[in-house]
Amino acid sequence: MKDNQLLEMIDSYLSGEMPAGERAQFDALRKKDATIDAKITEHKHFTGLLKQYNERLSLQSRLDEIHEEIDVHTLKEDLMAHPSWVVQMWRNHHSKISVAASVAILAVLTILYFTGDLSNRDPRFQQLKQEVDRVKNEQRKLGDKTDDIIKSGKATGPAISAKFRGTGFALTGNGYIVTNSHVINGADSVYVQNNEGESFHTKVVYTDPLYDVAILQINDPAFKNLGAVPYSFKKGKSDLGEAVYTLGYPGDDLKFGPGALTAGTGFHGDSTEYELYIPVNPGNSGGPLMDEKGNVIGVITGKQTQASGVAFAVKSNYLLKAIQSIPADSLNKTLTLNTKNTLTSLSRTQQIKKLRNYVFIVKVYNQ
Amino acid sequence: MNNQLNVEIPSDSEVIIGILNNSDSVLKKLYLAYFPMVLQLVISNNGDEDEAKDIYQEAIIVLYNKVKRGDFELSSKLKTYIYSICRRLWLKRLKQLNRYGGDIKDMQEYLPVEDEVEMHDERDIQLNKMGDALKLLGEPCKTIMEDFYMHNRSMQDICERFGYTNADNAKTQKYKCLQRLKKLFFQQ
Repeated sequence: MKDNQLLEMIDSYLSGEMPAGERAQFDALRKKDATIDAKITEHKHFTGLLKQYNERLSLQSRLDEIHEEIDVHTLKEDLMAHPSWVVQMWRNHHSKISVAASVAILAVLTILYFTGDLSNRDPRFQQLKQEVDRVKNEQRKLGDKTDDIIKSGKATGPAISAKFRGTGFALTGNGYIVTNSHVINGADSVYVQNNEGESFHTKVVYTDPLYDVAILQINDPAFKNLGAVPYSFKKGKSDLGEAVYTLGYPGDDLKFGPGALTAGTGFHGDSTEYELYIPVNPGNSGGPLMDEKGNVIGVITGKQTQASGVAFAVKSNYLLKAIQSIPADSLNKTLTLNTKNTLTSLSRTQQIKKLRNYVFIVKVYNQ
Repeated sequence: MNNQLNVEIPSDSEVIIGILNNSDSVLKKLYLAYFPMVLQLVISNNGDEDEAKDIYQEAIIVLYNKVKRGDFELSSKLKTYIYSICRRLWLKRLKQLNRYGGDIKDMQEYLPVEDEVEMHDERDIQLNKMGDALKLLGEPCKTIMEDFYMHNRSMQDICERFGYTNADNAKTQKYKCLQRLKKLFFQQ
């Protein structure tokens, strides 16, 4: 049988036009001869592909016809109700922007961490409590011991040396003393030492870290009443340009520091403080800030490290506020502030002579 | 045609039955219903409206064939199915064009349809080969093949149309043409 005759038969067989008798014959042939069967299958597949191709073409043209009716341009405009370029930019690049932002934040945090700006402590501000270094400790221990020998064992205060020092001054004659809360922060015990070199044990009555104020009470049996304090506490604000001074113990001797009030707000615009132009050093913290008439107008707290001579003091009315908020049951003596100022008419040197008995070294001991 | 955005959406079962019955009106409804969705998908992912049209029509063809084969189960919404196919096709196209930026902005949820798209692509390749082979075949063979195998005309018709004096000549011609077509098809 020739190939073209076979094809003709397959075509009529597949299309179902083959008469029944011939069909049975052909079926039999198909069963007998595997090559013919394979040819039929292959032909069926190939012509099937042709039919599918035809169907695809006609479906495509039907779809194209439908598509023609759509006003794609208007539809596109409607769908893309154009968002602003910011939104579009975000939609198109949000992953890149996110990555960039994360990197930037990480970089800033790293820089802040390494420059120390992340901690609350501002490096430009220095609190003026004095950390007594080890060498000096040893020296003073030796000094104390020789003094002890000279004074034939009239020991006052503990034998070990203070870890931190600051200044404090009397609120009343009966032993209430004010200093900075940062000076006595973390203290195991606190002693005050007067101008004569006598130390007294004190107890911390109250601390106010917000205004950086702490109130101590001398509870040492050796302590004798100081008598009425010669200064009063100013309730109002002091004016810019006012001449002021402070007394304090940056070293072992009382030191006078003259200056002027330069601003009504303190470090970073802190409204509880004054800014001063005054020479102060570590150890001055807690010292009184006096005006010319002998009123206490503040408590020295710290200085700015980047500008020499600039220091800060808590305003006296915040000191008064702190005193008012002391719970009554933590006071076993009356704390009544002096209102009579006996320094007003005195010269400055006379004022200081009187004041020196009321200004103390605050010594802090801890582990 | 401003009302395209609120065009009537045919129910899923209506579409299935319509496709099985070769209904033109249902095909049209189906087409109009989901084109905006696909247009939006393609345009918001680096494409234009012509590409949207191609992708969408391909997806309709995939659906159409699936329904015709009888293995479309209404396990998911038709809308989700069409969206998934288009999404997959577009992703593939973007990669081919090297325009793929790493992520695709989706308008809705989608199904995994990788296998189906793969199957469709294989079939598409075969059909395109057939199309190319037919183009290369030349006249009168092309028309004879189309008339007999695609449009189911009888040999008698073909004889008359091409003026063959007897049917055997026409049959011989048809045989030769088919052999050539096969050769062209398998050569590609």
